[in-house]
Amino acid sequence: MNQPVNPADIHKVIIEQQKARNRKKMMVNGVLFLLLLAAPFMMYPVFLMKILCFALFAVAFNLLFGFAGLLSFGHAAFLAAGGYTTGYLLSNFAGLSTELGILAGTATATVLGLAFALLSIRRQGIYFAMVTLALAQLVFFFFVQAEFTGGEDGMHGIPRGHLLGLINLEDNLNMYYFVLAVFIGCYLLVQRIVSSPYGQVLKAIKQNEPRAVSLGYNVDRYKVLAFVISSALAGLAGSMKSVVFQLASLNDAHWHMSGEVILMTLLGGMGTLLGPVIGATFVVNVEYQLSQGPLRDWVDPILGGIFVLTVLAFRSGVVGEIQKLVDRNFK
Amino acid sequence: MTMMKKLLASAVASALMASGAQAAISDNTVKIGYLADMSGTYRDLAGPNGLKAMEMAVADFGGKVNGAKIEIVSADDRNSADVASSTVRRWLENDGVDMVGGLVASSVTLAAVGLLEQNDKLGLVSGAAAASISNESCSPNHIHYVYDTYAFSVGTPTAMVKEGNKRWFILTADYAFGHALEADVTRVVEANGGEVVGSIRHPFPTSDFSSFILQAQASGADVIAMANAGSDTTNAITTAAEFGVTQAGQAIAGLVVFLSDIHALGAEVAQGLQLTTGWYWDMNDETREWSDRFMEKTGTKPTMIHAGVYSSTMQYLKAIEATGSDDAQTVRQHMIKTPINDMFASNGYIREDGRMVHDMYLTRVKTPAESTNEWDLYEIVRTIPGEEAFRPLSESKCRLVKN
Repeated sequence: MNQPVNPADIHKVIIEQQKARNRKKMMVNGVLFLLLLAAPFMMYPVFLMKILCFALFAVAFNLLFGFAGLLSFGHAAFLAAGGYTTGYLLSNFAGLSTELGILAGTATATVLGLAFALLSIRRQGIYFAMVTLALAQLVFFFFVQAEFTGGEDGMHGIPRGHLLGLINLEDNLNMYYFVLAVFIGCYLLVQRIVSSPYGQVLKAIKQNEPRAVSLGYNVDRYKVLAFVISSALAGLAGSMKSVVFQLASLNDAHWHMSGEVILMTLLGGMGTLLGPVIGATFVVNVEYQLSQGPLRDWVDPILGGIFVLTVLAFRSGVVGEIQKLVDRNFK
Repeated sequence: MTMMKKLLASAVASALMASGAQAAISDNTVKIGYLADMSGTYRDLAGPNGLKAMEMAVADFGGKVNGAKIEIVSADDRNSADVASSTVRRWLENDGVDMVGGLVASSVTLAAVGLLEQNDKLGLVSGAAAASISNESCSPNHIHYVYDTYAFSVGTPTAMVKEGNKRWFILTADYAFGHALEADVTRVVEANGGEVVGSIRHPFPTSDFSSFILQAQASGADVIAMANAGSDTTNAITTAAEFGVTQAGQAIAGLVVFLSDIHALGAEVAQGLQLTTGWYWDMNDETREWSDRFMEKTGTKPTMIHAGVYSSTMQYLKAIEATGSDDAQTVRQHMIKTPINDMFASNGYIREDGRMVHDMYLTRVKTPAESTNEWDLYEIVRTIPGEEAFRPLSESKCRLVKN
């Protein structure tokens, strides 16, 4: 005889399962956090900061591409806008504390992102990508011509200054923990956004836009907001990068950079939270390792080959594939 | 309180540094970094063969200086200030590199010299053209060895205006470097009694120069000057050759042109082009002997950058040998005191702003009939004395120069 199941029990089981999943997630995040805390004692801190800056850039891009399904080909513009603004302010206004410079850079990228979004958001797919690319090229041209950027030579010797006027960021370890704190803050923010009702709407738009429209959502507004948040975070990554390296250069504005962030995101696994971080780590590492060895002439072809392989064989990226594997075998 | 601490700390640090600087080679190793574009536009004029030149210098020196071994590390800067800055930072902060050589693209070099000053290590710039490197951006931590845009824009235009080519047309790459070069050329041409009848800016980079060359032809100028570099220059020269510019009586002045560019173009295309170079392999027995050895290793004749890398590395090692120290300031001071006489320069000397002053050469590319082999490309028209070729100290904006 089957006992009638109490609905409250089912609810309890579901909650328990959810808790177990959260615990697992917390554990993974905790281990990663400890690793990141200890990392500068095992590796060269500036290199780690480079990885973190690019990881933040990729996380920002992934919010738009992975969760809202919008492929922007112009994200380099935000990275550069953030970097140049911060660099200009910190170099020319002595006494400006570093975090204000970084905030100003982020704000510039946000405004630019809003402008991009308003102009491009009504287009979809390849047209959207092309409009963002074209706008980013305009921004690139502006940076080439503008006096204050130093054109081809770039902006050099940006002072790192003091955080809140107190902590000396010239010290690599201080700088590292500052970058780490900002990165983790942004990562948690994106995690929160993705799991919020707003994030659910974004995913719905990605899966089936007409259906989201028919449910009464004003999809353009949701998309604009996603674009603006993404560009703000990309700008923040650029600002941090210019402070870390004390340098803002045209490289950041070049469309190669927009391509590179797509590569990082796809390699790591788009639409996953950890994917872009892994992807950025991988790409930055490969570039560094290859440039040291006899294969240095081959960095671009090798990265290109990896990209093709990923798109053809591992479409959900490193993290995506691992997730699939876990889901299949350890359900 | 903090002020006191800072003072104390800096006093202790400088005392330590002063005592360390006297007689020691740090880690008993002289570690040299070679940073250049190994795979992009500037591969041929510096690139992997520059590394070979540096290795030749170390081998010729004996591989050891005062018992300390000499190590070379190298990296590709990919013409990116970003890559350069992270590589050099790691070299200096983490890997114990004492000197960075090569340094080709100006953006790369500007990024590197900032870091060199922060870490008080030495940079020997053999490639970068921007005159600002030994002017506004000079530092007590680098030496600008081979050439700069000032020397290029003085050399060719002065000589050509004096020959009677008064009317100039300038073809300018539309970015900071091109603009600076255009301004320099205009100044020199006008100072010598010439006239700039027109100029046109082309996007950077450009592959199709036909419309620009047609306008230059139509301008009626005596000389068409190329205020651009790399593939832009070679593309423009190729187009000019196709349109028969020199055969029709107009001269072409290349401002930033290397032997590797001319070799790639060939005498047929480049014939008659006038340019300024800091060094040429076929000048005397010493240059020929060194170039033959270089060619055995690399299969090409050296450009002035290759020769500069060899010569500057050699001078650096000699300075360490003489002073017994690899401290950047000690070595640099010794290099400034010592005149340079080798296969690269005769009676060259390094000024306090880091500018190495040596003779430059105005050359004309030979015609195919005059050229006896594929590397026999230049005819030296005039030797430009170093004092005339480089910006005088009285005009310098360098903070190390007291005016």
